Order: sequence, then C-alpha cells, then structure tokens
Amino acid sequence: MKIAVCISQVPDTTTKVKVGGNGKSIDPAGVTYIINPYDEFAVEEALKLKEKNGGETVVISVGRDGVKETIRKAFAMGIDKGILVKTDNELDSYSVARNLADVLKEINPDIIFFGKQSVDYDDSQVSTLTAEFLGLRSVSVVVDLKIEGSTVTAEREIEGGKEIVTSSLPVVISAQKGLNNPRYPNLKGIMQAKSKPIEEKQPSFTDNKTEVISMRLPHGKSKGKIIGTDATAVPELVRLLREEAKVI
Amino acid sequence: MSTNYKGVDYFNLDELLSEEEKMIRETTRDFVNSEVLPIIEHHNQAMTFPKELIPKMAEIGLFGPTLPEQYGGIGINNVAYGLMMIELERGDSGLRSFASVQSALCMYPIFAFGNEEQKMKWLPPMARAEKIGCFGLTEPDYGSNPGGMITNAQKCDGGYVLNGAKMWITNSPIADVAIVWAKLDGVVNGFLVEREFKGFGTPEMKGKLSLRASITGEITLQDVFVPEENLLPGVQGLKGPLSCLNQARYGIAWGVLGAAMECYATALEYSLSRIQFDVPIASFQMTQEKLVWMLNEITKGQLMCYHLGRMKDNGTMKHQHVSMAKRNNCEIALTICRMAREILGANGILDEYPVMRHANNLESVKTYEGTHEMHTLIIGEDITGIPAFRVS
Ligand SMILES: Cc1cc2nc3c(=O)[nH]c(=O)nc-3n(C[C@H](O)[C@H](O)[C@H](O)COP(=O)(O)OP(=O)(O)OC[C@H]3O[C@@H](n4cnc5c(N)ncnc54)[C@H](O)[C@@H]3O)c2cc1C
Repeated sequence: MKIAVCISQVPDTTTKVKVGGNGKSIDPAGVTYIINPYDEFAVEEALKLKEKNGGETVVISVGRDGVKETIRKAFAMGIDKGILVKTDNELDSYSVARNLADVLKEINPDIIFFGKQSVDYDDSQVSTLTAEFLGLRSVSVVVDLKIEGSTVTAEREIEGGKEIVTSSLPVVISAQKGLNNPRYPNLKGIMQAKSKPIEEKQPSFTDNKTEVISMRLPHGKSKGKIIGTDATAVPELVRLLREEAKVI
Repeated sequence: MSTNYKGVDYFNLDELLSEEEKMIRETTRDFVNSEVLPIIEHHNQAMTFPKELIPKMAEIGLFGPTLPEQYGGIGINNVAYGLMMIELERGDSGLRSFASVQSALCMYPIFAFGNEEQKMKWLPPMARAEKIGCFGLTEPDYGSNPGGMITNAQKCDGGYVLNGAKMWITNSPIADVAIVWAKLDGVVNGFLVEREFKGFGTPEMKGKLSLRASITGEITLQDVFVPEENLLPGVQGLKGPLSCLNQARYGIAWGVLGAAMECYATALEYSLSRIQFDVPIASFQMTQEKLVWMLNEITKGQLMCYHLGRMKDNGTMKHQHVSMAKRNNCEIALTICRMAREILGANGILDEYPVMRHANNLESVKTYEGTHEMHTLIIGEDITGIPAFRVS
C-alpha cells in the first residue's frame, strides 16, 4: 500500500507572534517551528495503516529548507521517505495544493492524509483543493477511519453530531483530533531519521490566487470589571451583560 | 506546573546541540508533560511508583539507550542521555531514579562486566523493561563506606551461597533481578540474584518523606544459592560497584537540573502573577535577586554538564569530574527548589505546585550515589593527593 501524508510546518502554538516589518507576514525572529498539530494525527494514521497492511509511507511538504526539520520529525515517528517542494515564497492554499497535486500524481498513492487545517493560516482548504486537482474522492474532519479491502468508512464531525461516510480507495482524508493518539517519536526513530532520504523538488506552480494585503494582531482584551463579590451583585451583573455587553 | 514550559536556556546552549539531541529531549519532555505531570503528585502522596509508565518509557527507548544495538540499546551519545535525564527529573526524581537504576546501575555492569551469554540473556529484555533490575550495595551499617560490607559469598558445588542484607535499594521490591555486591574470600564481586532464588527477600521500606514516588526496599539473603553462571566475571573489588555509581552519578548531575528548572520556571511565572503592595512580586529587587541567582546557577550547571558529556563521549572524563558535577548540581538544585518555595510563599507548601515535592526529593538525591561530603573528599584527594576519608 502506498500511503502519503502532506504535512506543514507552523509556528509553535505557544509562540507570541509579531507582525513583521512589511506588515504582511509574521516576524520569524525567535519563532520556533513545529509540525502542524493536526498533521500528527495524519502521520499516526498513516503509520497505523502501514503496520496493518504493509507498504510505504511518504511525507510531502511545501516550504523553506527549514521544513526538513519537520519532515525529520515525521521520520522519527516512523515515516519512510520525504519530499520537499522547496520554495522561499509564501504560497497561498491554492498554490500549495497545486504543487502537492503535481507531486502526488507522480507517486499515485492509495491513500493521502492531511491534517484538517494548519494552525498558522487556518484556511482549511488544502486537502479538499488537492483532492479536486487530483480528481479524487475526499473526506474531511475525520475522527474514525476503517479500511477494508478498498472500502473506506469514515466518521466525521458535523455541527452537533457525527456523520458516517463510505467511500473507496484511492481517497484523500483530512484528520481531526480524536482520530488517534499520535505516538512519541522514539529514540531509535530519532537516530534513524537522519539517514532517511528527503527528495527536493522545484515548485511547479507559484501563481498565487490571493494576496495578503496586511496583517495585524487582534485588539488586546479590555480590562475586566469587578462589580461585587457576593450574590447581591447578581442583578447588576445581569443588567450589564444585557445592556452593556449585549450578550444575553 | 508551569504552563507552556520551553526549557531553560539563557545562554543559547541549544546552539551546541545536534538535531538528534534536541529531538531526544523534546520527545522525553512531551512524554513527561502528558503522562507524568498529571499523575505524579498522586503517586507522591500515595507513596507508589507509576508502574503503568514503565512500558511506555521502554517504547520510547529510555532504558539503556547508550548501549549498542545488539544489546537492545540505541547507541545515543552521553549528551543526549543527559538531556533525557533532565526531562525525566523535571517530572520527578523518582522517575529519573528508576531510569538511572535500570540503565546505569544494572544494565551497565552487565554490559561492562558480564560475559556474552549474560549480556544476551539480560540486556535486551531489560531495555524493553520486561525485566526490572535493582542494585544492592548499601548495607544497614555500611553506607558511605561500602568496602566494609558484611554480605558474603561462599563457593559451593556449581556456584555460590550468599548471606547478608542490603538496605535502601531502589526498586528492590519490584525487581526481577538484583545485582548484589558481596565479598568472596574478602574481595567484592557482583552476582545476578534472580527473584525466584530461594532465600531471597525484598521487603519494602516505609515512611519515606522524600522520593515517595519511587519504591525503596531491603534485600535479604539467607543461604541463597547462586549458580556459577550468575557471577559477573569481568570485575573484582570495589571498582566494580564504584564504576556503576559513576555512570549513575553522571545522569544525576544532569537530572537534578530538571527539578531546578521546573522550580525556577514555576517561581518565575508565579512572581509575575502574584500581586502584593499593588505590583507583581517580581517587581521587588529581592525577588529578582533570587530569580537571577537560580537562573545563573542553572546555567553554570548546564555548562558543566554539557562539557562533562562531551568528555564522556571522548573518553577524557575522570570520575572526579563526575563527582564535581554531581556535588555542585545537587547542591544548587536543592537550594533553587527551596528558594522557589520562598517565592511562592504559603502556596509553596501546597501540592498544587511541584516545588515542595522536588525539594524533598533532592534531599535523597544529594545523599545517594555518594553524599555531598564524599564527593568533596574525592575531589579533595584528587587535588591534594591526600585521602581524608579515614581518621587515622
Ligand atoms: C531514596 C534512596 C535510595 C537509595 N537507593 C540505593 C540503591 O538503589 N542501591 C544502593 O546500594 N544504595 C542506595 N541508597 C543508599 C545511599 O547510597 C546511601 O544512603 C549513601 O551512600 C549514604 O550512606 P548512609 O545513608 O549510610 O550515610 P552514612 O554513610 O552513614 O553518612 C552519614 C553522614 O556522614 C557523612 N560521612 C560519612 N563518612 C564520612 C567521611 N569519611 N567524611 C565526612 N563525612 C562523612 C556523610 O556524608 C553523611 O552526611 C539509597 C538511598 C536513598 C535515600
């Protein structure tokens, strides 16, 4: 079985980001980068599938040279091979998906995993766009996955409930928290990571469809207000919530 | 307790680390954050060891990782091993003790002094933690002076008969095998004493107010028959156990920095949020002085360990270097934990924060594997040429 996982590198979720001097992107100084947390579920699912059915796992990423560190994190978890479409340009979701689709066309995997979104730009588009470019079926926000033969049964989260979907291989799956518990990279995997191959490719498409005009931090929270410390303050609290905050 | 803990690295020492070394630290830290911190205080109070973590630790590869692959190891270097110890001890000294005993005090002597059959029999299952080891050197009447030990072995047909008692033995109640040091014709030898051998007992020691999330016991040996093949053939004399202690002390020198870092990070965070006299207590010069002292000592300790590790990898490390690092880092770590307790005021004594647990743990760590005083005398002898262990 050929299993592909598309991963991205994002700023550590605990980083306090600053907007860079150009006002259009974040300032990379002092930012540590990690594997996109949702992609860890995707990697884990790929590894479980390989353990069950055999085959080969490959991760694909689009980005700077530094993304290799994230690819090696996936290697340390157990992924076999990596492909980096190397570019210093900021690509939008459309361009990233086009590049991924071009790489995936060549490998022709049985199943392609994504994280449901990357936590930097939060566009949640890349998995579906890639599936569309490949003309493949796609199921997103998956919390449970069963594959028997070529039949795929996926449980996905929908507003206020769960939905069960069936499909068949080849398919694109985007992973949601709850799909599995990603393993810790073990020491053996970490030591082997360096010797696993990362193939570099030139981007095949860089013609972004969207452009970031400006980027700003959200407004700081306004100061809290203490209106009392016991039950007598409740009527005033209700009044303020209704008339001032207008939330009830 | 500190949220978003990112380690302590004031001097950008990360620049000196390889990607693998950093990844090994991260994976251990992730494990400690998600599996250890949420449960450890409970175990500390209940005086139990979180046994359920043992298979997970083995899966990550935390036991005997510096050993070669054919014996179940991974061949990581000593700096990576040290970084791993920092993260484990940031969880709890009990957890780090468990790893130290398994790797440095049990797997190491089998690797260094065992024959090929012994290595193949014990090391791979110990790396997988299917077999747990313990290390029996200390006796009720012989602590700092193990050379005086009473436990002895008599040659008999097909093996040896062991008699004696060991005390303060980490993991003895749960061990499958004990490395027991005993005198054979007056010379210290190492024996692999297996759980099912007749006459072998391991009563648990109760009432500890330190290292409570670690199991400590005695070893009693009553006419225990140990077959010939269970003698460690590669070493005679006190240098056998002392070389094991050297391995374990090496890990402790690193490990205690983890307890210190956790307490420093907790105190820093607390001092920025606790308001007295209308300002965060971090605004006061006396609080800042404490925080700076803590960070300064942690940084010196890191530098010492980092170079110690590189020397160990190059083969230029002397055991006196290890003594200095163990002695210094236990001392400063304990002081840092106590200072953190002061910064937290009354909250410092609560189980909601990790500082009192760490401070209490370090009382043991300062004493075991050679007390502070013994390391002073080891270094003192090295620089003066005069041994001062004995009153003559
Ligand atoms: C929680 C815990 C776990 C342990 N686990 C193990 C284990 O797994 N295996 C094992 O074999 N042992 C273990 N030990 C024992 C530990 O190694 C000993 O406690 C230690 O070596 C000190 O011995 P002692 O307690 O008998 O103190 P003593 O040797 O009686 O020392 C008491 C005091 O006298 C001082 N002193 C002694 N001699 C001198 C001297 N010549 N000059 C100056 N000062 C001196 C000491 O520094 C100390 O301050 C453990 C101990 C603890 C607390």
